[in-house]
Amino acid sequence: MPLSPQLTSQFVRLRSLIALVLMTVALSLLSPNFLTADNGINILRQVSINMCLSIGMTLVILSGGIDLSVGSILGFAGAIAAGLVKNGLSIPGTDLHLQFTTSGAILAAVFVGALLGLHNGVAITRFRLPPFIATLGMLSIARGLAFLWTGGFPITGLGADFGFIGTGAWLGVPMPVWIMVAFAILFFVVTKRTRFGRHLYAVGGNECAARLTGLSVSRIKIAVYTLAGALAGVAGLIVTARLDSAQPNAGLSYELDAIAAVVIGGTSLSGGRGTIFGTVLGCLIIGVLNNGLFLLNVPPMLQYVIKGYVILIAVAIDQASAPRNRDSS
Amino acid sequence: MTSLLASNDGLLEATGITKTFPGVRALDDVSLRVRAGRLLALLGENGAGKSTLMNVLSGVFPPDAGTITLGRGKSVNFANPRAAQDHGIGIVHQELNLVPGLTIAENIWLGREPRTSAGFIDYRRLNADTAAILARLDLKISPVTLVGDLRVGQQQLVEIGKALSANARVLILDEPTSSLSAHEVEVLFNVIAELKKQDVGLVYITHKFEELARLCDDVVIMRDGRVVGEMPYEGLTRERIIQLMAGRESKDVFQKSAFEPGAELLKVENVSLTGSASGSAGRRLLVNNVSLTLRRREVLGIFGLVGAGRTELLETIFGLHPRRTSGNISVCGKPASFRSPADAIRAGLALAPEDRKRDGLILPMSVAANASLASLRRTLRGGFVSRRKESDYLIPYVDRFRVKTPSLDQLIVNLSGGNQQKVILAKWLATDPKILLLDEPTRGIDVNAKREIYAFIDELARNGLGLIVVSSELPEVLALSDRILVMCEGRKTAEFTRAEATPERVLHAALPDRAALAS
Repeated sequence: MPLSPQLTSQFVRLRSLIALVLMTVALSLLSPNFLTADNGINILRQVSINMCLSIGMTLVILSGGIDLSVGSILGFAGAIAAGLVKNGLSIPGTDLHLQFTTSGAILAAVFVGALLGLHNGVAITRFRLPPFIATLGMLSIARGLAFLWTGGFPITGLGADFGFIGTGAWLGVPMPVWIMVAFAILFFVVTKRTRFGRHLYAVGGNECAARLTGLSVSRIKIAVYTLAGALAGVAGLIVTARLDSAQPNAGLSYELDAIAAVVIGGTSLSGGRGTIFGTVLGCLIIGVLNNGLFLLNVPPMLQYVIKGYVILIAVAIDQASAPRNRDSS
Repeated sequence: MTSLLASNDGLLEATGITKTFPGVRALDDVSLRVRAGRLLALLGENGAGKSTLMNVLSGVFPPDAGTITLGRGKSVNFANPRAAQDHGIGIVHQELNLVPGLTIAENIWLGREPRTSAGFIDYRRLNADTAAILARLDLKISPVTLVGDLRVGQQQLVEIGKALSANARVLILDEPTSSLSAHEVEVLFNVIAELKKQDVGLVYITHKFEELARLCDDVVIMRDGRVVGEMPYEGLTRERIIQLMAGRESKDVFQKSAFEPGAELLKVENVSLTGSASGSAGRRLLVNNVSLTLRRREVLGIFGLVGAGRTELLETIFGLHPRRTSGNISVCGKPASFRSPADAIRAGLALAPEDRKRDGLILPMSVAANASLASLRRTLRGGFVSRRKESDYLIPYVDRFRVKTPSLDQLIVNLSGGNQQKVILAKWLATDPKILLLDEPTRGIDVNAKREIYAFIDELARNGLGLIVVSSELPEVLALSDRILVMCEGRKTAEFTRAEATPERVLHAALPDRAALAS
């Protein structure tokens, strides 16, 4: 492409946005039901869960890692919240029985998510497990804990207070959308404007150089996995509250949708390159695609095939335009 | 084949070979003749162009100009190493190119495996052929041993076996004995003698001159990408060789200013670093009991060949290997025990590493983000990184080092090597260091940027910093340093004041001697 470097990089940055706009225009022409306020809100509500996971996943991938456990952590954290709200907590071996308020249960769920994320971070840094393996283990551990905690049965009937997180609305906008927007803005600022954000890019961009610059690589990685776990906890709350039920197998394979959104948003799996904004677009592209294919009555089996090719094409385009810095020396 | 060669003993002739890398003329009109049944020793400092020349001869990359002819004036162009191999040119590189998860036999015949009529690998023949080669090398190991389970010396022999298996007419050996035991060296020398009898022509790169007496027929000495001497080995002395290798005026490089050194900044006493690998290689000392001092307004040069432990010494001082380090370090008279580079930076140290791309730069980040990374605290406004504050405080440093970049937002990867190095200097100066450790600060940098960096080093010393400059370029060390510390095989072998240091004396101290070889 005979474009100037500035123009090219501008184009690369906006590519996901252009794709999203084109999809929106096309679907508006194809389906009268697509471009309505209701459908817009609907799409946003549907993407909110994946958005929470994808934001955490972006941090992890920027640091040069991967997190396969967020779907399982989502399931376990949701079950924790539901169990605490409904039954409270009996401490085994004592007569103690703790009752939880709704906000107490919410905090506990996020805390448990963060704790399992911390577990990932420690396994990766202190015990030097590859992120893929450490979080693959956690994928199974957290899912198992969810089944143990629930005894394998859904916990239902959680009350209107708790349900508000999932089904409530403020100013006509559903709560999950507010939560998603808040976290997107928060982590947009964290990655762009804080020392932690810079350090995160540095660790993912070149771990050796980051260490020689005096950054505590381990501490940064542990923080990243802990945040990803906490955000999975938040996603678990939304899922549980929306359904008024905690399913022990909630969030099954959600980590793959999150990775897809991050990658479609232009974040490099090798770390150090990518943005939260890109991930937001990636989530929206997946959401619009799901919604559009449904409105157009595309058979569900075919939808999977189409989504798969969207991921492949998005990354293929990224690869083709990525700066090649093969060793020239 | 022998009848053809008997009439003309020139196996390979390279004429007028020139090769330029961005900013560096690595080879300048080099000619070389490899003759049947003779061993040609190729000598020169690090960076003299020896390895580049061997890479050209073995097809790793093509020359910009010049011709290579084989046998009777057949001119050849090698598209790749395989093409050179097919023309009978074998090379044993200094670094090992083996697959640890495959057996010795599979490694030796990789890509050339004998096959059965059904198309499968003929393992019986593969292993039998390998056993024959191993016997030649006096390696009493089964051909089906995994290469990863071998000692480094044995791996090097396997690499040599791989070259033998191709029945090369010309065999290039790049420092083949660097990790061999005394017995293994003996075996290799016998193999070389045997190859000479079979009229194979050998090119042998080494820094161990005492090996030459056993093997060598002819000598070629290189310096700065040129051949500066070509002669029979007979009657040549170590002193004469060193003179030719070094023999260059360092005056024209850079004129250093002289200042009175100030108070002591850094004292390093009996520092050692053990290897990280398990097994016998891990117990080797990479840095062996080194002591040094550094004062304000002083430049301490550290010279040594590649592998002498210079980089490891800097890393040890900088707190990168706390668990494998012993000895005492004090900064400004206060004992320091650095658990990490962060501790060292807090104490006023800074390290610009040797391999910029691998250890120095965050390639996907901008010039500004790279430059501010070590001192991000100063860019904060209300807890957030302020882009304006960042560029306000970076601009003086970027200007001071005359970094040529269209903007601070430019990706660092788009800058030239010299400008990247200046960004790294700016990054460290922004932390206000007292002691600057520079590892090969001018590697891969063009001549003009080199001069600028020399001038900065001088200026920084004048402003009161203490600097340690590691370099494998002799004239650079001689020109920059107030004092020169020489290392060889992890040890400090000599220390010279500026007045005492001559190229010959420094180089002499950097080369391993006979006593070290025997141990």
